[in-house]
Amino acid sequence: MTMATAATTDPMLPQPYSVRQVVKETPDTFTLTLEPSNGAGGSRFQPGQFSMLWVFGVGELPISISGDHAERDRLVYTVRSVGQATQALVSCAVGEAVGVRGPFGIGWPIEQAQGRDVLVIAGGIGLAPLRPVIYEVLHNREKYGRLVILYGARSPRDLLYRKELAAWVRQRETQVLVTVDYGGLSWRGHVGVVATLFKYARLQPARSLAFACGPEVMMRFVARDLETHGLDRKNIYLSMERNMKCAVGFCGHCQYGPHFICKDGPIFSYDRMRPLLEKYEL
Amino acid sequence: METLERIIAEHPFFAGLESPYTNLLTGCASNVRFDAGTYIFKEGEEANEFYLIRAGKVALEIFAPQRKPIMLATLGEGEILGWSWLLPPYQWRFHAHAVEPMRGIALDGKCLRMKCEQNHDLGYEMLKRFAKIMEQRLEATRFQLLDVYAVGR
Repeated sequence: MTMATAATTDPMLPQPYSVRQVVKETPDTFTLTLEPSNGAGGSRFQPGQFSMLWVFGVGELPISISGDHAERDRLVYTVRSVGQATQALVSCAVGEAVGVRGPFGIGWPIEQAQGRDVLVIAGGIGLAPLRPVIYEVLHNREKYGRLVILYGARSPRDLLYRKELAAWVRQRETQVLVTVDYGGLSWRGHVGVVATLFKYARLQPARSLAFACGPEVMMRFVARDLETHGLDRKNIYLSMERNMKCAVGFCGHCQYGPHFICKDGPIFSYDRMRPLLEKYEL
Repeated sequence: METLERIIAEHPFFAGLESPYTNLLTGCASNVRFDAGTYIFKEGEEANEFYLIRAGKVALEIFAPQRKPIMLATLGEGEILGWSWLLPPYQWRFHAHAVEPMRGIALDGKCLRMKCEQNHDLGYEMLKRFAKIMEQRLEATRFQLLDVYAVGR
């Protein structure tokens, strides 16, 4: 086996990428665009998949891909700086090297959504793994029904992708509703948890597929409410998160009940997750 | 032209309410409109009505000394505003102000309390509907208290 072949087939071997751009989204969240250092085309991915990003000398992190899967010359990640490794990652300068493994995991079942209304429900940084779904629907508008985006954040200053949110509102057959848990007096949007937006969503539950990503407790409430609004459990998909290490199902760090989140997920249907979501010890 | 009775009957809060009851409610109803920025009611004032929101957005706010008002929730089209008219001492517990121009139906609480006392079936229908709203808002508030998007959660 040649070195080149080993590099492209060994999932444990990071590929060299360099930072092309860093955009500050919120006070603690940044979007990084990476491009292959060796000039060999970017990695193909499915919306909802994740990569393992190596910050050399610091550590490795599982990060969902938040870019457009039609743009194959780059990989885009939105990262919240909450610890040493994420802080090091978002502090990378343009041109700096980052190792990339992946993409890994099973993404959103976007093909199942064709011909149906698509409901995207995101909380906080959970909008990042859902942004590729939004791009897919907007680029292939004729394949899908209505697109409804419900997005909740902690406060107005924590909202991601503000310019894009404003642009998505103007797209045909698209409804975008944003809410915050804590609104200042200058905020003119909705205040309340993301589930309170359902009543304003214009969609047909029986012909809709819902994709939700956010803190697990948020998804638990959201999935239950979606069911109350008439969506079948099989048509509700959640992006689960655990401590991914190897990303290929060997190490067991991300085991969740009978599942390995890295290999069997991170996207699961609610009917598979429901029994586990209600267990305290998991 | 839409009649008040029809508007009430078609409002989600009164979905499924039988016609004799909507007729009774209509006797206590009137159209209202509030400009953006105006207060619909303030904490401590007498609570003698509630509102069916037909259009616009209303913010519920709470005040604490030496702090800016805190916006607790927003309510919009298809929702109801206010239940303090239903329970003694019939005083508003929060401020409500129109964030966007609000158009709706005001239902006179005194008139409604009297009709509910006279007709317990109507009273039970009202209580069931308000209990559902209270449950939903209590749950939303508890969820909000979890502060799920904070760092380290």
